This record gives sequence, C-alpha cells and structure tokens, in this order.
Amino acid sequence: MASDKIKIFTDSNFDQETKNGIVLVDFWAEWCGPCRRLAPTVEALAGEFDGRATVAKLNVDENPGVPGRFMIRGIPTLLIFKNGQLAETLVGLAPKEDIARLIEKHLS
Amino acid sequence: MSDRQIVIVGSGPAGLTAALYAARANLKPLLIEGLEAGGQLMLTTMVDNWPGFRDGIMGPDLMAEMRAQAARFGTETLEGNVTAVDLRHRPFTLVMGDGRTITTEALVIATGASARWLEIGSDRKLSGHGVSTCATCDGYFFKGRPVAVVGGGDSAMEEAIYLTKFASKVTVVHRRDALRASKIMQEKAFANPKIDFIWDSEVADVKDVDKGEVTGIVVRHLKTGHLRELPLDGMFVAIGHTPNTSLFKGQIELDASGYIVSHHGTRTNVPGVFAAGDVQDRIYRQAVTAAGSGCMAAIDAERYLEGLPQDTSETRHTVA
Repeated sequence: MASDKIKIFTDSNFDQETKNGIVLVDFWAEWCGPCRRLAPTVEALAGEFDGRATVAKLNVDENPGVPGRFMIRGIPTLLIFKNGQLAETLVGLAPKEDIARLIEKHLS
Repeated sequence: MSDRQIVIVGSGPAGLTAALYAARANLKPLLIEGLEAGGQLMLTTMVDNWPGFRDGIMGPDLMAEMRAQAARFGTETLEGNVTAVDLRHRPFTLVMGDGRTITTEALVIATGASARWLEIGSDRKLSGHGVSTCATCDGYFFKGRPVAVVGGGDSAMEEAIYLTKFASKVTVVHRRDALRASKIMQEKAFANPKIDFIWDSEVADVKDVDKGEVTGIVVRHLKTGHLRELPLDGMFVAIGHTPNTSLFKGQIELDASGYIVSHHGTRTNVPGVFAAGDVQDRIYRQAVTAAGSGCMAAIDAERYLEGLPQDTSETRHTVA
C-alpha cells in the first residue's frame, strides 16, 4: 500500500533527511484514526511533489525523540521543513489542496 | 442532463446508510467522503449501543463494515471535500477541492458535526500542543501526566475513562453540579480512582501560549467567580459538537445554532435536497439515529426522483 515515493523517517535519520530542501513530515501512529484518514492524502502528495519536495512519515510510537523535540502532543501533525528549519505546522486533518499550497509557498 | 441522480455528502453512519439504500434502489449513488471520513465513530473505541453486537464493536471497525456494505451494492465513493455548492438551480452543482464540479438531481447532506472548542482562544492556539478534542488520538502523549477533561456528557466521561489508561490523574471540569452523562457512564467515572471532578466551573484560560505547550488551566467557579490555576499537561475538550453547515449557509434553511431544519422526514426547504444525521439532529445524535435518518433520506430522495420528468434519469456516469 505504501508508496515508494514516501520516505520513512526515524529518530536516527531525521536530522540528516530534513537538512536540505523542502520536507513534509507526517507524524502518525497505528492507533490514530484520523492519521489513517490522512495517509492517502500524504501518499498523493508524495506522488505530486516527486523530485521537488520530500514527503515522509514518522511513526511516533517507534520514534518518541523527534515528536518530543517539536512538542507534538497530538496527531496527525504535519511539519514542513525548509533546509532544516521548521517552516509550517499543521495540526489535525487538512484538505490536500491546502497542504499542497503550503509546500508550493516554500518551494517558490 | 446531470452527472448523477443522487449524491451523498458525508460518510458517517447517516451518509453510508443513505448510500446503502440508494444503491439497493439502483440509483448508483456517489458518496463524497469529506475530510473527516467515517465521521465521529472513527474517533471512538468500543461502541456498546449499536444494536446487533452484544459484545460491542470498535467504532472504526463498524464504519469499515458500513463502507464495505454500501460498496457491495454499487456505491461509488469519492475521497475529498466539497468546497462550494449551488442549490439554487437544478441540477445542483457541487465543487470539489480540486476544482472539479459534479451535478446531481438529488442531494443528501450528511456532513455531521465536529467537536466544539471553548471560546477562549488559547485552547485553539495550543491545539496539538496539549489541547485536544480526541482522547483516542492524543491520550498516548500524556503517559504519567495529569490532564483535564472539559464537559459533563457521555463523550466527556468516555474520554476521561479512556485517558486514565495513560494519565496520572484526570480532572473533569464541568459547568454544572451534576453530570449530563448517562447513569452507566457516570457510575463508571465515579468509580474510577484516577478521576476527580471540579463542579460549577469553567475553563477561563489555558497556559502557556507563549511557551507553545500546556502548563496548566485557569478554572473559574461560576457561583463565586473565584479563579484558581491547576498545573497540568493536557486538556481534552468534550463540550459537544457544531453542525458542519457553513457550506450551505444562505442556500438552505438553518436554525439559530446552524442545524439544518428538516420537514416531513428528511426534506429541507429546497426540493431535492435532504438532510440526515447529526447535521440536522440537535436532540438524539446517536449513531443508530443517524443511520435511521440516512435510510429515510434515501427513501425520500428515491420518491422525489420518481416524481421528476423521465428524461432526467438519463444521467451520465462520468465522475470518479
């Protein structure tokens, strides 16, 4: 089911992987209903932005370090990084077009 | 000529039951899922009041079953959100988030209701950073930490009880001196040693917006006006729901609270537009009543379509 365009981030590869370019990270967990709803949207975005921006998922159950650093206390949360700097925070569900617009904003 | 005979907007129990009945009536319904696909039951755990499951069923599992059942009879589903509607001309026009339009002879609105927030501003600013409306989503982040639940109804008690699995202590803040929740939920909550109650009180503020995390809440006693601060790490808001009707404002009749007004079953004031589930129900708001009204909407829509001139049944099925 998971698209090969989506990267899997962990506590150990997170800093390296977010260092360059525009990176969207989806913080999720298996037990989170809304996260499952957002998953197809994130997959579609990975396809749309292939080659222009990185789209990744980070499982908060297996990787408590990064969510702790960004004080994430609710999922799904989407963070957008620009060259390693946090540029946008989106809490909860959002329409695909809105997320795409935010990525575009930082690409231009 | 229109794309569809019937489109259903919303995919909770009301929308999926409307789809099931419309599909079995051979109306080839299109169901638009919406942002919160599956509806409020997707955020619950065990549902013990859905008839037919003596041991209960998990909310998300129940929705998966309803979806599969509606699909079995030919319901087509479309992911995504409707961003605009035109109900002034027939066929009705729906505009999707990606700009595409869909026209339909009949429309069932089953957009449900979404969790209400407090009206203090600081709660929304700290959403995702300690303030939540979904214990099953976010309870995990409060292992061994004290949290508050605001509200006194069934969903507040369900959240409080669920949160005791993670939190060190759960404080329920309620505006009145007695709970609105059903007897069985009240008893469960009172019996739980981790749950405390603060009565006759409301949340005046959540700290600390500047820090970007919840460090405590300020509680106002409604009879004395006395303010006190409780240090805690999370606040879950369960004070009811607001109907999702902003899309239809000005085009169909809504009551003062924003609920769709329905007449003679599920008819709205616009012929051909029907409403089902929590979007038009300020009284019962149960999964089973939502499903029941979804069935009624499909039957009402079917009769409406039968009364239209024959050429309108020549619909194109080009969408999705």
